[in-house]
Amino acid sequence: MALLPQRSRREMEEHSFHPLVLILVPLLAIFLQVYLPLRFPSFNILNLPVLIVIYFSVSRRSPIGGTLLGMVIGILQDAMTHLPLGINGIVDCILGYLAASIGLRIDVDNPGTRLIMNFTFILLASVLHLLILRRLVGIHEQWYGWHDLIRALVNGLVGVVLFALLDRLRQRE
Amino acid sequence: MESFLSRYRNPLILLALVLAQLLGLAVQVRRSNAGQDGKQTRLIRLWVVTAFSPFERALLSVGHGVSHTWNDYVDLRHVRRQNQQLQSELDRIRLEQSSLAVDARQGLRLQKLFGFQRQYISKTVAGHVIGTSGTDLSRVLVIDKGSKDGIKTDMPVITPDGVVGKVRDVFPHTAQVLEINDETSGLGIVLTQTRLRGILRGNAAGQTEIIDVLPDERIQPGEQVVTSGGDSVYPSGLPVGTVERVVNDPEHDPYVAVVVRPAVNLSRLDEVLVITETQNTMPTAMQQDIATSEQRAADVLAQRLPSVPPPATVGPDGKPIDANTPPSPVRPPPSLHPDQFTPDATPPASALTPGAAYPNRVFPAQAAPVSTGHSNTAAPSTVTPAKSAPATAGPKPATAQPRTNTISNPTSATTATRHPKTAQYPAAPTQPTTGEERQN
Repeated sequence: MALLPQRSRREMEEHSFHPLVLILVPLLAIFLQVYLPLRFPSFNILNLPVLIVIYFSVSRRSPIGGTLLGMVIGILQDAMTHLPLGINGIVDCILGYLAASIGLRIDVDNPGTRLIMNFTFILLASVLHLLILRRLVGIHEQWYGWHDLIRALVNGLVGVVLFALLDRLRQRE
Repeated sequence: MESFLSRYRNPLILLALVLAQLLGLAVQVRRSNAGQDGKQTRLIRLWVVTAFSPFERALLSVGHGVSHTWNDYVDLRHVRRQNQQLQSELDRIRLEQSSLAVDARQGLRLQKLFGFQRQYISKTVAGHVIGTSGTDLSRVLVIDKGSKDGIKTDMPVITPDGVVGKVRDVFPHTAQVLEINDETSGLGIVLTQTRLRGILRGNAAGQTEIIDVLPDERIQPGEQVVTSGGDSVYPSGLPVGTVERVVNDPEHDPYVAVVVRPAVNLSRLDEVLVITETQNTMPTAMQQDIATSEQRAADVLAQRLPSVPPPATVGPDGKPIDANTPPSPVRPPPSLHPDQFTPDATPPASALTPGAAYPNRVFPAQAAPVSTGHSNTAAPSTVTPAKSAPATAGPKPATAQPRTNTISNPTSATTATRHPKTAQYPAAPTQPTTGEERQN
């Protein structure tokens, strides 16, 4: 993982996207997340909305933008469940902020970096979910170590491919 | 201060947003514990579900169109054979159902006798599953029926295989169904053999388990689990699943958890039925089904068992049989070579004298007609004395001796039997040895 001084990162190009892309891609990710498990139950292991939050936060390198995007996508995810609104909102909010902050410091265009980053963030999301459900909501969620590790790895791999696809939607200035 | 805000602007915004959501979460948890959801929460859910459901419906209808076109018009191989198998299976099930109907009726009588209240499903609404929650943390389904179709919260949702869950949230055209394998669900169940009652709920792995069960070695894998009806949501007797295994529950020692395999494949659901109405009496349609199945079962049995021919309306002589005339007793046909064991060849015990010699008998004529008519007034057998049957080889008219053998006081055969002491039997029996008589 190549660490870069913050000044050089700022000098790098901040990727921008068309506003429609910023709206439609997260919506499409949420739609696929709620629809595809009907046909492919194992699709539940993926967390496409979180991957989208990570990608846009890293690419735009704006912590506030990442935080807001994470909050909106998380609340939309919550609205499709029966759980209180805010569980995914808080998690995605934090992930968006952290992803944008990391995007300022390291080179996130490298596939290896993306794999490690996604793996770490998905694992962190599982931990945050567990904490919120246990401490705030009162649901005794269990920690399935191997399952969560595999989930993080699968999401990391899928994220590498997904990020490469989303790179094509960047606006070139 | 200004420099502090500008320097820590990003983390402060993050903190503010997280705190705002934490507060919102706390309010929602408090309200849901009190049994009510906030209107704002419901509004956001309504917006989101309403925004996504048209796309889900469209995609679903396209998928169904393609699959129906393929299944109904293209992929029709083995359909005829499958139809025959299904027909035979249907016959078998109807036979089973007819036999169970007797028990069911008896159960109904007993329930009525003891004042039990049984809930029968009287009305259901079929719905297509158009979405999920998209996460393992919340095992809910979205169906394409809502309040406009008569759906209300807490209505049970089933398939023909068993229980799926219950309606949790209702929107105008859609509804959220909480599956039985969700951690926040609860379902009153009873084990069919051991009759143990308990609460079934989901765990984090998406399995269903009966919690807080005392260790009981009678609980064996394979035992059926059905709804108990005690939760006031699900009617009793609906299949839930089968016992898979019994595991220790370290957090609730000494209790164990019974893992149950759901009767319904909860991860692959296309259509579900929402029970919108129940009633205490057996629905008319169900009664008709049972009656039909009993009738069909009788038909199937009639085809399989040897049949009984209908009663004859014409006698052997070709004359019609009067239905009002009682049938005569069946008599064996006359024997070709009568002897002392031939029926009616032996005088009745009342006609014999103790100590007297065995009477000389004349065996009944072979051509003697056997009364097979419909009258019971056939002349009783009589014994012909030696005097009336001389041991001569002379010819004898064929009509002289019908089956009625005469006695010495031939006033009437009936008299002879009524007054046995008047009957006279010669001491020396004379056997009719002539072949002519035998032939007669």
